[in-house]
Amino acid sequence: MNPSDHPPAVFTSFWNDTGKTGITSWIFSTDHKRIGLLYFWSVLGFFLTAVLLGLLLRIELMAPGRTIMGPETYNALFTVHGAIMVFLFIIPGFPGAFGNLVMPIQIGARDVSFPRLNLFSWWLYMMGAAVIIISLFTGGGPPDTGWTFYVPFSARTGTNVSLAVFGVFIVGFSSIVTGVNFVTTIHRLRAPGMSWDRLPLFVWSLYATAWVQILATPILGITLVLIIAERVLGVGLFDPMKGGDPVMYQHLFWIYSHPAVYIMILPAMGVISEIIPVFSRKPVFGYKMIAFSSIAIAAAGSLVWGHHMFTSGMSDRAILVFSFLTFVVAIPSAIKVFNWVSTLYRGSISLEAPMLYALSFILLFSIGGLTGLILGAAATDIHVHDTHFVVGHFHYVIFGGSGFALFGAMHYWLPKFYGRRYAEKPALIAWGLMFVGFNITYFSMMVLGMKGMPRRYYDYLPEFAPLNLVSTVGSWILAVGLVLMLVNLIRGLRKGEPVGNNPWGGATLEWTIPSPPPTENFPEEPVVTHGPYDFSKAGTP
Amino acid sequence: MTEAPHHIISYTKLTAVWGLLLLLTGATILVTRLDLGPYKILGALTIACVKSGLVIAVFMHMKYEERLLRILLFVTLVTLAIFIGFTFFDVLYR
Ligand code: HEM
Ligand SMILES: [Cu+2]
Repeated sequence: MNPSDHPPAVFTSFWNDTGKTGITSWIFSTDHKRIGLLYFWSVLGFFLTAVLLGLLLRIELMAPGRTIMGPETYNALFTVHGAIMVFLFIIPGFPGAFGNLVMPIQIGARDVSFPRLNLFSWWLYMMGAAVIIISLFTGGGPPDTGWTFYVPFSARTGTNVSLAVFGVFIVGFSSIVTGVNFVTTIHRLRAPGMSWDRLPLFVWSLYATAWVQILATPILGITLVLIIAERVLGVGLFDPMKGGDPVMYQHLFWIYSHPAVYIMILPAMGVISEIIPVFSRKPVFGYKMIAFSSIAIAAAGSLVWGHHMFTSGMSDRAILVFSFLTFVVAIPSAIKVFNWVSTLYRGSISLEAPMLYALSFILLFSIGGLTGLILGAAATDIHVHDTHFVVGHFHYVIFGGSGFALFGAMHYWLPKFYGRRYAEKPALIAWGLMFVGFNITYFSMMVLGMKGMPRRYYDYLPEFAPLNLVSTVGSWILAVGLVLMLVNLIRGLRKGEPVGNNPWGGATLEWTIPSPPPTENFPEEPVVTHGPYDFSKAGTP
Repeated sequence: MTEAPHHIISYTKLTAVWGLLLLLTGATILVTRLDLGPYKILGALTIACVKSGLVIAVFMHMKYEERLLRILLFVTLVTLAIFIGFTFFDVLYR
């Protein structure tokens, strides 16, 4: 490209490029940065709603017997809490929000391949969410099946399962559309010099995630349609009386939903792989292995769904195979953990907020992952299946892992898009409160589960009372930390200190352009000359 | 990357493939009549795979597409086959 063909580059930030500021300049925008922020704030809204429900669940469990609600309400609340957290918060949270915001810039592109489709995916997401919300207040009321919608109960309960499931179906499409968009973008729109071995690890993780979104989500869609078919037409697919098979439902559901946990965790691992080298001032250790292990996790992780069904009457031979494969997936996950730790070794570490979240991710994710092996081994799973041990385990993975990584990403990248940053000290205090509160809340749950307290009940035996009280108090500490974190972050984005192009000294492309970025991202197409963690060249493409 | 040149398939070839598809449909019906036990499903699925393979390759022009696109589609189909295969592994040995 000949620079003289262009008028001199004018840096108008994407915030005031159109001259318009109304809501339509957002909800009809095809700019990946605006869509990313739309996703971010919608996702955050749903997260806070579901956190509120989680806190109510914990208050109910504070003491044995009825505390603030009866069993029906409790069943509805944990279902809605789980469904919102999974389908409306953590699955769209990374690709939709931070993938959209950061990925095109990191590969040196102006936008994604299909900007309109991108906007459409947000609209699908919001429409699906609206249907889910409507389902809570119409028909037989909020579903009470758990977020897994297991038959035969989901085919029989009088609550509004059909509509809720249809909402999830629509949200699934939005996820597929984002996946297609990202695969195409990463293949076709990389800037000159951005070879596959210079791709930031966050982009690698989004690439692996996008494939899971494309390949697994249709199966969830079909499964959900089958539930509706069972309810409305009574076809008997899952009903043994009519020649159906209830275990088949669990197969179909988990064929999607286990890979879905990789939609939740892979991009989180990508975020950690960005933050750790930047705050250790060292190139990431084992770039190729981290990139490769993302693909390996996505591939091998698609073959382990049966570990959710060890107690469901699956054949023993299948249990053996699924149990073995589950242990296989632990290998690429552990590769990543070892690589992060090796990156830290002898680095010049600075403990700012994003780094604290990244470090706590490593610990919490490892606890979540290792307790996962207890569940993945068929022999031990039989004892702890469907107990609070499971609840503790998966909160360690999706909240302590993905959630904390998302908070890290918020501190790391949002200043790029708002041009201002949070105050450091309150951020550290908030992190401390959350970290302590988190462990008190969920570690207690794991111990309770080991002792035999089942999940999904509003009541429990008196011997479980002390630890349940501890867990509930922990959830309050966690909540205080969360509020402090958000208040500090949002205040900082509005009134905080302005940041320059590169507040953290990162070497990926987003740190070579102004904060907030101009609409076109780059004044002209960058030519990439170095890898993503080559800090001697930080600040240049 | 450039787009693959537009490819036109002759009527004879299209009709031949269509005839083959009809034959295979007949074979599907035949399989249900045979007493193959659990392998009946395997047979029916194999025939269905061949049929959809023909449709994808010829009617949907995948045979004449870029390599990358063909690989991507192949990966997708293999994944689906694995999903179905593993599920059957449970059902067969229950
Ligand atoms: C302050 C934050 C949170 C609190 C206090 C909380 C608390 C709880 C409690 C008490 C349960 C139900 C236990 C039972 O089975 O009786 C639960 C279930 C669940 N939570 Fe959370 N949680 C929180 C955050 C999250 C996050 C961030 C996620 C995911 C990103 C999440 C996902 C789930 C899921 C999927 C279930 C299972 C629902 C079901 O059994 O169908 N939670 N949570
Ligand atoms: Cu799983």
